[in-house]
Amino acid sequence: MSDTAIKPRIEKVPVKEQFFQKLPVLLVPFLAIAGLAAIGNPASWLTLTVAGLAMGMMIFIMASGLTVVFGLMDVINFGHGAFVAVGAFVGFTVLAWLAGWTASPSVMLNLAAVLAAILAAMLVTGLLGYAFERVIVMPVYGEHLKQILVTMGGLIVAQQMIYVVWGPDELHISRPEALQGSLVIGEAAIEKYRLVAVGIGLALFLAMRHILKNTKVGLLVRAGVENGEMVEALGYRIRRLFLIVFMTGSALAGLGGVMWGLYQETITAHMGSEIMVLVFIVVIIGGLGSVEGCFIGALLVGLLANYTAFLAPKVALISTIALMVVILMWRPQGLYPVVKAK
Amino acid sequence: MLTRLLSGDTPRSGLLTVLLLIVLVSLAFAPFLFPGTKSLETAARICIFIVLVASYDLLLGYSGIVSFAHTMFFGIGAYGTALALNATGPSYWSLIWGTATGAIIAALFALAIGLFSLRVKAIFFAMVTLAVASAFAVLVSQMSWLTGGEDGLNYKIPRELTPAFKLVKEKVFGVRINGKLLAYYLVFFASAILFLVMLRIVNSPFGRTLKAVRDNAFRAEAIGYRVVWYRTTATVLSAVMAALAGSLLAIWLRYTGPATTLSMEIMIDILLMVVIGGMGTLYGAVLGATLFILAQTYLQNLMGVAADATSAVPFVSTLVAPERWLLWLGVLFILSVYFFPSGIVGRLRSGRA
Repeated sequence: MSDTAIKPRIEKVPVKEQFFQKLPVLLVPFLAIAGLAAIGNPASWLTLTVAGLAMGMMIFIMASGLTVVFGLMDVINFGHGAFVAVGAFVGFTVLAWLAGWTASPSVMLNLAAVLAAILAAMLVTGLLGYAFERVIVMPVYGEHLKQILVTMGGLIVAQQMIYVVWGPDELHISRPEALQGSLVIGEAAIEKYRLVAVGIGLALFLAMRHILKNTKVGLLVRAGVENGEMVEALGYRIRRLFLIVFMTGSALAGLGGVMWGLYQETITAHMGSEIMVLVFIVVIIGGLGSVEGCFIGALLVGLLANYTAFLAPKVALISTIALMVVILMWRPQGLYPVVKAK
Repeated sequence: MLTRLLSGDTPRSGLLTVLLLIVLVSLAFAPFLFPGTKSLETAARICIFIVLVASYDLLLGYSGIVSFAHTMFFGIGAYGTALALNATGPSYWSLIWGTATGAIIAALFALAIGLFSLRVKAIFFAMVTLAVASAFAVLVSQMSWLTGGEDGLNYKIPRELTPAFKLVKEKVFGVRINGKLLAYYLVFFASAILFLVMLRIVNSPFGRTLKAVRDNAFRAEAIGYRVVWYRTTATVLSAVMAALAGSLLAIWLRYTGPATTLSMEIMIDILLMVVIGGMGTLYGAVLGATLFILAQTYLQNLMGVAADATSAVPFVSTLVAPERWLLWLGVLFILSVYFFPSGIVGRLRSGRA
């Protein structure tokens, strides 16, 4: 009897059902083709698509932290926008210090300056995330109402502190030499910076997927999403895990803030709360807690926002709301709902 | 009689009663007690915000729902009245139909949002309302042919409510009895009636059920109450009340624009007022709104003095600069959510018990 080990039985999902589960992935190319049909001119379509992808990637960077934090600990951080703004301000300060590097024609120095800005921003927002989690979020675990209120309060205080530290005016900075201008392919002009943004976003998504699927930390995070108590019962300190995830999410928001700031070239203290609207739409579309859903949602929102901004500028923000409504009609819990074993 | 008027929900604390009476008397006789344009503006603002904040408390305090779309309903009411006055001239008729249309549209919007997103989690509702409200604000500022865009709308109101109209030739107690005074009393009595209506709502069996749903939705459902129906009704009621408050603001200011009705800052102000005053009691709305608006108007002067006094210390002086008053209110907000979630009113009531 002892040699017949009990094998775990893994149910095979039928192909048809698998296809249905993966269906949301097809939405992105579908939207892109629909956009081509609506716009007509391939050159402007290409420009808009790259712009949309870049915007989507930046939103994804900011939203991913939020959604993982929610999935893991059932905490939605309404103050997430503060990290975006703080990240942008820190990044801009560093870039202003390194003005000599950003103005020089050398590509390496340019990129080094941007990298330094990003690292500084991520470091500061990561530490801020630590403080935020300890001081603001920790006392109100499990109470949604208080969480929303308290994190909102944190957002107010953080925004005001930005005014105190950096003054009430908006900051303006131009992108480093190497990231200015655009590449011309045929008739389509593609801004270099947008390509960089797409690259960073894609790399980040792949890295996150890899960490979540193939490492022990990722395994613990995924297990924690499904059943936190069980992970704790097995002897892992889920609080510490959560703190790490929270800090990472905050640091990513800071990264997103720098990138968004360089994209707009102007930053204000309430840029965070403005972007948060898009971030929330993306998180809802993707399904609260799901990284893949968040990625697809971000791309959809980015593409749609750019197409409609071209076709009918007045309804740009409404179109993303409409997208959210349509998707929720189809899948009320978002594209990839996170199933909790509770 | 009085208890009946208050729907049996008396303040239940000596100090609270005194404070509420002070607020009531000051607002009722504001034009005579505190003459001057600025103080009359402040008093009218307090009246309107008491209604607005109380209607938000209906949602946040009594139903446990966080909505960020409350300014949207406020704005719908204000724009309804403003557009009607603009379109059909400064008559009472256009005043009434504009207000009614605003309230109905707000109710329909609230119904749609509620049915759409209240079935799931509270957090979900908060996020959806945040997104919808900001989209609405953008839409309003873009549709400048209808709403005047960022500049907003200026319009005429019935002549009897403007300063040009003189009811009595002589001054009474040194105050001119003109249309502005009538407009103030219109705002005051309308606010008082709306407040009493809300007090009636929350102390009715419906209000009790709302509290039950707030405290334990699962249990309420099990007993046989349709939770979604109760939550949606609360959302609609609160939206209608907010829209009516918006109409009052439109009448009082004779101007309606995104900055005075729809902005996120106002939403945050409302949130602060509810929490600092006390969630789950309408009297909290009275105290919260009064204190907050007084602070907004007069605390900044005080902070200016503090900033001057500390001007030698560079960092501290920027911390207490008058523009940074929201920073301190934010800190106060967080502390009050932690340490006394029932706000000032809850504090006063428990102090007696």
